[in-house]
Amino acid sequence: MSWFIKTFQTSIGKKLIMAVTGLSFICFLMAHLAGNLILYGGENAFNSYAERLHAFGPIITIVELGLLFLIIMHVLIGSVLFYQNTLARPIRYKVYKSAGGRSLGSATMPYSGFIILAFVVFHLINFHFADKTGTTIFQIVAKAFENPLYVVIYIAAMIVLAIHISHAFWSLFQTTGINHPKYTPIIKITGIVISLVFGVGFGFLPVYVLLI
Amino acid sequence: MISTTDKKNINLTLKIWRQKGPDNKGNLETYHANDISTDMSFLEMIDVINERLTLEGKDPVAFDHDCREGICGMCGAMINGRAHGPEKGTTLCQLHMRHFADGDTIVIEPWRSRAFKIIKDLAVDRSPLDKIIQAGGYISVNAGQAPDANAIPIPQETAETAMDAAECIGCGACVASCPNASAMLFVGARISHLALLPQGKPEAAKRVQVMINEMDELLFGNCSNHRECEAECPKEISITNIARLNREFIKSGFF
Ligand code: HEM
Ligand code: SF4
Ligand code: FES
Repeated sequence: MSWFIKTFQTSIGKKLIMAVTGLSFICFLMAHLAGNLILYGGENAFNSYAERLHAFGPIITIVELGLLFLIIMHVLIGSVLFYQNTLARPIRYKVYKSAGGRSLGSATMPYSGFIILAFVVFHLINFHFADKTGTTIFQIVAKAFENPLYVVIYIAAMIVLAIHISHAFWSLFQTTGINHPKYTPIIKITGIVISLVFGVGFGFLPVYVLLI
Repeated sequence: MISTTDKKNINLTLKIWRQKGPDNKGNLETYHANDISTDMSFLEMIDVINERLTLEGKDPVAFDHDCREGICGMCGAMINGRAHGPEKGTTLCQLHMRHFADGDTIVIEPWRSRAFKIIKDLAVDRSPLDKIIQAGGYISVNAGQAPDANAIPIPQETAETAMDAAECIGCGACVASCPNASAMLFVGARISHLALLPQGKPEAAKRVQVMINEMDELLFGNCSNHRECEAECPKEISITNIARLNREFIKSGFF
């Protein structure tokens, strides 16, 4: 077991955990988005989707606990990396210019990450821990987005998520050693497309709910 | 700023980091460099300043240099916030003053990283990079007669990739330009050039482990894949070498 712990204590090991946990969030978000798009099918379609999902019972709980564990790992290790990287250059440059490597996404990973974390907590309080007696999930959602402030918060959070993933997606391949002139350009384009799909796909839902 | 001037001689304002020793506080001091020939290299320009300072009885600016032909890896400083200056694939000794314009202000700072100590002014102790190599960046060979040059067949493409990685001159610009002061490009280059070749394979797993442990212990930062290193490296070492380093690490840990 000690080789296992030692491997993940190294700088590359920590990055591998970030990559694997992050990839699992991306997979989760794809499923989550596919489910949410059922909202466009109207109130009944969405409610019956929620019912069928909850019919899985304990499987859902296990997946939820798994995601909770992964997000704790991602946040804790991300924080350690951020802290160590800040320490690695105690005296800053008076003048520093990017040579063109950094992107908006890469330069803001820890900040976008913490904003996403705050949003996830807010989001779970809104919908997951909401009192569901005598109401349907569609009604809870519709009621929440009657408040324009909620709509704004949700859209802003999805923009931040898209920025995080715009770097995270190609970066997780680089971290796991997958980089080749043949296919890295495709990975980079895929990352941008996924960011846009998440940003627009999730971000437009509150507007749609507000409009209907 | 990166304009090329036709004018033969230019006047510059330099803001140079001066620091007496490793434990002293330093600061930027302003110098006027007048009548600088655009044919000079950046280091020759500092030579001119130093000659004047010496004649005035003042302490000349300490800076690292050796070959002055872009192959030894000794020179290097941040020029207006860019490692080795604004030109791509160029060491500081090969940066020429024709890339600056008359009247420019140039800020010159030493490489900064927790792992690198400043010896004096712009001279920086980069021996931590040597320590990483000493930890495992070598191959073991039995002493005896030199083996036949082509006894072990190596595909041309593999040899080229290994040689591209072996181009690293250990200057430390990757660490200096990395927002996290990470040494992953340097280590990636060293690991790659050995792991690609048959002679480096027997010790590949152990090598990557000890070199990464040494790198972490010396308190270099973690790689966030910002790609500043690749953009600033005077030998244009590619981050595909960092990906190979990551692969070698995964192989050594799990397979
Ligand atoms: C569901 C949302 C999230 C997704 C899809 C996601 C995805 C990812 C992925 C794939 C990476 C790996 C990049 C690599 O291997 O180089 C990453 C890195 C990172 N994530 Fe997240 N993440 C999410 C939420 C968060 C949260 C809540 C935080 C809170 C602190 C966070 C902080 C970070 C940091 C700091 C890094 C950069 C680590 C480094 O390169 O030094 N992320 N993210
Ligand atoms: S990888 Fe490039 S920047 Fe880094 S030490 Fe080697 S030559 Fe210098
Ligand atoms: S002095 Fe040798 S590379 Fe610049």
